[in-house]
Amino acid sequence: MPRVDATIKQVCWPSNGVTLVPFRLYSDARQYALEQERIFKGPTWNYLCLAVEVHNPGDYLVTGVGESSIVVTRTQSGELHAFVNRCAHRGSLLCLKRRGNADNITCVYHGWSYDLAGNLTGVAFERGVRRQGGMPEDFKRSEHHLRKLKVAEFCGLIFGSFDDSAPEFESYLGEEIAERIRRVLRGPVKVLGRTTQILPNNWKLYLENVKDSYHASILHLFFTTFEINRLTQKGGIIVDDSGGHHVSYSIGEQAVDDKDYKQQALRSSKDGYRLEDSTVVEAFDEFGDGVIMQILTVFPGFVLQQHLNSIAIRQLLPRGVDRSELIWTILGFEDDDAAMTARRLKQANLVGPAGYISMEDGAVGGFVQRAVHGSESEDAGLLMMGGSEACSQPFRATEASVRGFWKKYRAMMGV
Amino acid sequence: MDVRTEDTPIDQAVQLQVQDLIAHYVDVIDQDRLDEWPELFTEKCHYRITSAEGYEENLPYGVIYADSRSMLRDRVSSLREANIYEAQRYRHVVGPIWVKADSERTVRARSHFLVIRIMHTGDTMLFASGVYIDRIDISRAPYQFIERVVVTDSHKVDTLLAIPL
Repeated sequence: MPRVDATIKQVCWPSNGVTLVPFRLYSDARQYALEQERIFKGPTWNYLCLAVEVHNPGDYLVTGVGESSIVVTRTQSGELHAFVNRCAHRGSLLCLKRRGNADNITCVYHGWSYDLAGNLTGVAFERGVRRQGGMPEDFKRSEHHLRKLKVAEFCGLIFGSFDDSAPEFESYLGEEIAERIRRVLRGPVKVLGRTTQILPNNWKLYLENVKDSYHASILHLFFTTFEINRLTQKGGIIVDDSGGHHVSYSIGEQAVDDKDYKQQALRSSKDGYRLEDSTVVEAFDEFGDGVIMQILTVFPGFVLQQHLNSIAIRQLLPRGVDRSELIWTILGFEDDDAAMTARRLKQANLVGPAGYISMEDGAVGGFVQRAVHGSESEDAGLLMMGGSEACSQPFRATEASVRGFWKKYRAMMGV
Repeated sequence: MDVRTEDTPIDQAVQLQVQDLIAHYVDVIDQDRLDEWPELFTEKCHYRITSAEGYEENLPYGVIYADSRSMLRDRVSSLREANIYEAQRYRHVVGPIWVKADSERTVRARSHFLVIRIMHTGDTMLFASGVYIDRIDISRAPYQFIERVVVTDSHKVDTLLAIPL
């Protein structure tokens, strides 16, 4: 795996821990370039698409890993493959449509064609025209296949890795995280819709936001007022051993004593705000365990969300040092009846770019991005809630999972 | 039996009232009179914002999704009382309205729109373009939307979509 020049200076860390995070990490272009190599093309697993989106033989779909455009295919024999969407000849994009079905993949530029496993099968005028021109005698097609990714399928999700040294997918996740994915993706899913949110911030700011259980009931009034997610409710944080993956969950019962909230006099505990149609906040306990909210991340850019009965996948793609795209796939299950689908569609108002909860997450990363612009090298953010460790905790007034992100980040970046 | 088809001519008075409803709609949004917005819909109604891709694929999800006027009112009170977003305004530009017969009590209408978003900082952008696909109750005045599907040409939304389209 080619690496960016190791002598490139990374942003300096003020300590060996993860409680101080330099602001320059969000705006430094060299750091961003190095992340592309060491994280997105490193031994990580990146979400590509749902298996159901490439269900039939010949189906292909264009997705992304880091800044790279990636094609996922299913061959005639049903195997899944993924490769960079870039012709081995002159580097042109191969698939121009987001989805389709094809026998092979042919570059529009010079007509080079590939099978669905990414092997070069045809070169236009390979032997020249009227015995003139053409490729040299020693040209071997087998030496010029597409840049392939390792592929793993788990619970109907397809992940890919640029690096052959990436661990097996389930051991990358760890048992607890794998179990929490299985809990939600219990059967064949059905796509209800998609949307893409352009985030005006560095990709890491969004990941931190998703992992941050501390802000959830403070920034988002919707959560708090309707007792979907108060920090005084039962719940907790799971952080895997590597630190990179996490689960935050809450259990749906009335908080017994809310004086903690009242004492804080938070904006979000405004009383007397009621909905006319409360379906949007009424959970049907479809998993039978009372967990009404579970947010799960897989490093570096995958989110699985269950807010009540709203289930979605979010794929985070970096689009420059101060810009990201968040691709939402809103899900139901094949066995949902009409009433359940209606419930999911109504509760989808909680999430997405217009979500009662999520719209604020779309903006808050931009607030940080704008504020850290021009910060000094010693300026750093604080992550001290709930201690200095990055481990599982049976409460959510903590920043443990955000620290976990930085623990994994430092390991991957070698800083 | 109602024998109206798509080609049944529309009375000019009906056309004018449909035009009035659509003009009223963009005016309440752009002039920040959002409290009046739900009143332009029937009690049971359908409002959703989808993308051209989602619409063509028949996907039911809406970035905003409501099946009643109550849900639209909740959207407004959430924007007013709960949600945090930077001050911003929209300017809608709606093209010619194409009205088609539907039933004795309803018509269908299509109109194309651009929405420009103006942030409090002065930053101005073309925020959305697309088509409104409407079913309108014409059985009494003022007319109301039974169904308004907002189909945006792009599936990307910049930062957030707070104010409805």
